[in-house]
Amino acid sequence: MSRTARLRLFLTAAAVLAAGLIAAAGELPGFGGPQHPYGERAVAAGLAQRTANIVSSVNFDQRAFDTLGEESILFASVLGAGMLLRLARDERKRRPAAEPVLPTTRLFGATLLPITLLTGGYLVAHGQLSPGGGFQGGVVLATALHLAYVAADYLVLKRIRPLAVLDVADALAAGAFAALGLIGLASGAGYLANTLPLGTFNQLSSSGLVAVVNATVGVEVGSGVVVLLAHFLDQAVEVVPRRRSR
Amino acid sequence: MSVLPYLVAGWILLAGLYGLVTSRDLVQAVGCLAVAQSSTYVLLLAVGYRRDATAPVFSDLPPGSPVVDPVVQALALTDIVVGATVTALLLSLVIQLRKRHGTVDPEELTGLRG
Repeated sequence: MSRTARLRLFLTAAAVLAAGLIAAAGELPGFGGPQHPYGERAVAAGLAQRTANIVSSVNFDQRAFDTLGEESILFASVLGAGMLLRLARDERKRRPAAEPVLPTTRLFGATLLPITLLTGGYLVAHGQLSPGGGFQGGVVLATALHLAYVAADYLVLKRIRPLAVLDVADALAAGAFAALGLIGLASGAGYLANTLPLGTFNQLSSSGLVAVVNATVGVEVGSGVVVLLAHFLDQAVEVVPRRRSR
Repeated sequence: MSVLPYLVAGWILLAGLYGLVTSRDLVQAVGCLAVAQSSTYVLLLAVGYRRDATAPVFSDLPPGSPVVDPVVQALALTDIVVGATVTALLLSLVIQLRKRHGTVDPEELTGLRG
């Protein structure tokens, strides 16, 4: 199909889609209105389970089974990217050279790396209490490690990044989520049901299963993002074709 | 204008789709897919918004205070995670494509090659 024909086809389809979307927007409940029946029920259920952060309660308790699927997508895509970006037969690894860095940049990285690691750990640990949780905290943890790449160079990042450990941690955390669901099953409720002791509201030990599952997700997201970025950085920095000419 | 946020979400979706259709570069196409997907974040958060309400976190809020809808916020979180991982997977496919075929223009990828 030629480019103009394709564009014309798209514009026709887009007009129909836009008309449908406008009609649908008119039928939706008004923006900012007070009616949120699902939200109110979720808040009541979350408070009953002594979870202060209702978003965490929804993710790791009320629809924990969905989150298990989501987390499996994450694991599968880390695995898939690793498969796609592995060293091919006609490629080899080159040793990356050390790069000069401004002393101010180095200071920036050296100062912020421990602070960012601490923030990430805090976000994961307090996922059931404060805004944040395993997903967000995990990404912050992975970002912290890559400050070494920004402030120093790839060699330093490689040295402080225990890739083999993180690979295993990623898989173990993904499996741990599925295994934790069996606690509910063993106590006669349902798979992934929150049957652990709920603790005191607004304490670090509150919310039962939510805190534990949240921690496994934090480990999985953190190590998954580091592994994923490692594959991409390898492609950019280390992997070169064996012969220059095609 | 109580429908404006929904229309914005629709607009972002169409802008992303336009980019996907006209793109001559697969990296750009992956970016456009991410744009199209980000319309769902706007839609979800617009559906869940509530005037004079705050975040659904009760660590320093008295129970019973009005909060925005936590269900759609949780869905947006799911959406972001899945979107990011799918983008990563697609980008690694583009890298392999560039290595094997020497191009990232979808129109130059005509035949199958072993």
